[in-house]
Amino acid sequence: MASYQDYLLHLADNALILGQRNAEWCGHGPILEEDLALANNSLDLIGQARLLYQHVAAVRRDGKSSEDLLAYFRDVPDFKNYTLLELPHGTALLPTSRGDRDYAVTIARNFLYSALMVQVWAALAASTDAQLAAIASKSLKEVQYHLRHAHDWVLRLGDGTDASHARMQAAFDYLMPFTQEFWTESAMETAAVKTGAGVDATAFKTEWEAMVSDTLQAATLKVPASRGFVTTGKHGVHSEHLGFVLAEMQSLARAHPEAVW
Amino acid sequence: MSTTDMSRAGPSQAANAPSGGSNPHAVGERGGLSLKDWPLWEVFVRSKQGLEHKHCGSLHASDAQHALQMARDVYTRRQEGVSIWVVPSKSITASAPEDKDALFEPAADKIYRHPTFYDIPEEVGHM
Repeated sequence: MASYQDYLLHLADNALILGQRNAEWCGHGPILEEDLALANNSLDLIGQARLLYQHVAAVRRDGKSSEDLLAYFRDVPDFKNYTLLELPHGTALLPTSRGDRDYAVTIARNFLYSALMVQVWAALAASTDAQLAAIASKSLKEVQYHLRHAHDWVLRLGDGTDASHARMQAAFDYLMPFTQEFWTESAMETAAVKTGAGVDATAFKTEWEAMVSDTLQAATLKVPASRGFVTTGKHGVHSEHLGFVLAEMQSLARAHPEAVW
Repeated sequence: MSTTDMSRAGPSQAANAPSGGSNPHAVGERGGLSLKDWPLWEVFVRSKQGLEHKHCGSLHASDAQHALQMARDVYTRRQEGVSIWVVPSKSITASAPEDKDALFEPAADKIYRHPTFYDIPEEVGHM
């Protein structure tokens, strides 16, 4: 049965999986400054995930839950992140094709997610769960910067060269259908809203669409249609990509359980 | 963050400003800067305790806002600062290293220019 804890895990998994994905740029960034910017972004997101996992572990009070257990010893169907956040940094549709990482996809995804989370964290700062409210206040400042960073690059690349414009447009064309998942109902969100501790993301749809459309227009990009298959990552039914992300992220912790530095 | 804030931080006008690079930007009709044309910026950061901005390094960026954002990510990640300045490196006129002797050597034997020959009255205290 879906519960408020599932909602906290949903928020945590979103942050952890996107943090892990963005960290793939570490040492491979297009320029040194962006390499650092993405690493900073990942550290912010992983920090948010840690606080949320710790909170879940504290709420469970079962004596065995811990942030490490929640991050490293759950499997694909247990993760409740949006499918959008587990996709590789490319627009190739075939799961077997391993193209180069495309910075346009990274930027577009960070923009689409951050544009949602500035509103979610702002609303959760008034949560009836004091601990979640505190995490939200901290995360809001971080995601405001993530949004600014991604927004600026959408403008630069969209309104940049012919090549950067085409890649930025392709990235949004590819990712936009995945954002439909933001607005679907789920039992965990309903449960969280009912307790007064959570917020209903669908309430932010109009403002999110306005922000996306303003930015894309300013960047001389077309706003692609959000249509087609609606992904179900937050229900635990993921794309084929999440398994690979978890395999890389969890292998060390599983090979050496409870290892410490 | 409001939409207004973001458009203020937005780079679209500034990105069209002429760069320090002298090469023509032959990168398509949109006329963006290619990476090698990004001018150099000097970064100054004021720390929490410090009163003045201190030079801490330089970086390449396409315009001032871009440089500011990169400086934030590169030079203030360990809470070093509360304020950042970026200045185009080409705006700085520097003394030439070969002028070192002519500029600075004559001061070496003028020890009387240092106020070390005065006895400071006790009432003045620490100076």
